[in-house]
Amino acid sequence: MAWVNAIIQGVLTGGLYALFACGLSLMFGVMKVVNLAHGDLAVIGGYVAIGIITVTHVPVLWSFVIVVPVMAVVGYLLQRTLIQSALDRGALTTLIVTLGLSVVIENGLLEFFTANSRGIGASMTLVTGSFSIGSIQIAYLLALIFAVAVAVLLGLQWFLSRSSYGRLIRATADDQEAVQLAGADYRHVFGIAAALALGTVALAGIAFGMYSDLDPTTGTDTILLFAFAAVVIGGLGSLWGTLLGGIVLGVAQQIGAQINISDELLAGYLVFLLVLVLRPQGLVTRRTQS
Amino acid sequence: MSVVTESGPRPAESFRVGRSQRNVAWTGIGALIVIVVLAFFPYLVYSGTTAIMVQGFIVLTLASMWNLLAGYAGLVSVGQQAFVGLGAYFVLILALHGTSPFAALPVAVIGSGVAALAMWWLVSRLRSGYFSIATWVLAATVMLFIERFNSIGGGSGLPLPGLAGMDPTLLTAYTYWIGLAVTVAAMVTVYFLLRGRLGLVLTAIRDDEVAARSSGARVGRARLLVFVVAGAFCGAAGAVLAISQLQVQPSADFTVQWTAEMAFAAIIGGLGTIEGPIIGTVVYMVLQQTLQNFNAWYLIILGLVAIVVALFARRGLWGLVDSRLHVRLFPVGYWLRSVGADNGRADSGPVDSGPVDSGPVDSGPVDSGPVGGGTVGSGANPV
Repeated sequence: MAWVNAIIQGVLTGGLYALFACGLSLMFGVMKVVNLAHGDLAVIGGYVAIGIITVTHVPVLWSFVIVVPVMAVVGYLLQRTLIQSALDRGALTTLIVTLGLSVVIENGLLEFFTANSRGIGASMTLVTGSFSIGSIQIAYLLALIFAVAVAVLLGLQWFLSRSSYGRLIRATADDQEAVQLAGADYRHVFGIAAALALGTVALAGIAFGMYSDLDPTTGTDTILLFAFAAVVIGGLGSLWGTLLGGIVLGVAQQIGAQINISDELLAGYLVFLLVLVLRPQGLVTRRTQS
Repeated sequence: MSVVTESGPRPAESFRVGRSQRNVAWTGIGALIVIVVLAFFPYLVYSGTTAIMVQGFIVLTLASMWNLLAGYAGLVSVGQQAFVGLGAYFVLILALHGTSPFAALPVAVIGSGVAALAMWWLVSRLRSGYFSIATWVLAATVMLFIERFNSIGGGSGLPLPGLAGMDPTLLTAYTYWIGLAVTVAAMVTVYFLLRGRLGLVLTAIRDDEVAARSSGARVGRARLLVFVVAGAFCGAAGAVLAISQLQVQPSADFTVQWTAEMAFAAIIGGLGTIEGPIIGTVVYMVLQQTLQNFNAWYLIILGLVAIVVALFARRGLWGLVDSRLHVRLFPVGYWLRSVGADNGRADSGPVDSGPVDSGPVDSGPVDSGPVGGGTVGSGANPV
């Protein structure tokens, strides 16, 4: 029963990891940006949420209504200024600039908000409570996060395949010069995609703040690495692959923890490396168009 | 590029491809003098100063290696801290078994090189950002793996044994010399790697990977060698770190901050040049020492400077110097010399003009330098 429990908990945590990963996957898929500052931006999202909750006393669960648009605007501006000018200069510059951004954000948070870890809504029943099915305890929060992750992925899926902006984003991802010729500004489209990505990043930051604690180093130590592991395990450019990748990572960690409590992280990374060796294209691959 | 097209009208034998021997000889003598002077520092300055300089040696070694990886081989590794940590732990493990930490250093170098070879098998197929992240995850994995062993300190680390009986002044001096030796070895290795056959391949990869491949350059093998050399020397730097700190700790030795620091030093100084990391390390040390009472501020400023340099001066501070003065302290490229009818032997500027893909900053030496349009295009003999 302990193993069944581990797998179920792993699947549920996988939802959180998918939430970490979908923004990263989106930015890579559309503009080929590997955003090393992804995790730190999520931490900023969490910190903004904490600030807004403390100042305006909005209910914790509704803080995303403010934080998501704020981070989306940040994403648009960041893409139009820093990331776009890095992109114009090549992949190496993009990596260097996002690495620089990551270090600046992390140490900036450390400098202004200290190394103390903070949680979001730590005393709420939603955060601490759980329900049981048979002998398996399921935390309300994890179930909610999983549902949110699935909803976000469904929303992204719908947006990208049905809406006209989604079509434009997919067209730009396929061929930005053709899009430019057709009269659309690919830079603006990139901005929109970055706004979407950072919207999900904000949700990831809030979710992780409720699930665990946020501190300035969480962004790189946990969120970025887990997000990348989920993306690589799941396969590039596939939204549902991201969910699968998150679930595989989560289950691997829970099973590792079941074997030895201190092996949780190691087991997750070992599965990541195993996928890298055996199936570098990821578990789910998008069919290539001929 | 313009050199080739514009030299059309001129007969081919009027150019000779050569290397600047004179320049190398002077730099060699200069470098030797600098090294000898540096070697006497423990007799001349307080041990506090040499301790700071050991930090500088570590950063310079790391930055040179990161320059080799990212500046030449196109491998943006964010996992070099794996080798820093491994180097430190090799020293610790051997010291726990009674070996002197100084004697353990060569083992740490070889061990880290072998570890790099093993890791290469995992990450070699990945490009660009995926390579970065995979190396990062690998570094995290290595740290978690090492933390499992309680005999070497588990998650909290151990003090380095074997040096407790030494006179502190002597220990500081020895540490300084070993740091200096590692740095000199790293710089010499980088110089000869780049000056040799591999250097041509690496310079070609740096400028245009597809063109290098299609010209028959063995890109994969060159990358493997660079990754192993970088792993070995990052391990050496880690060993020096362990000896200078007298403490080995997973969270301090495997932190991604090492990679951030080496990357920033290399970028600020100038990627794709040997001189760049030296300048970058000086900038790094000055910032770190001036701002050391302001916690993380030096990293924030360093990060911001690196972003600005990456965007607006892609060849770094050394690139700015080079594009104005055409100076190379460690020339590894080839020069065109015109051998005219009247035995004109004017140096006509470096062919190795730094990374090509970096826009207007870069085209300096080629388009407007002495080689450029001027001499060759006009067809006049430089006298």
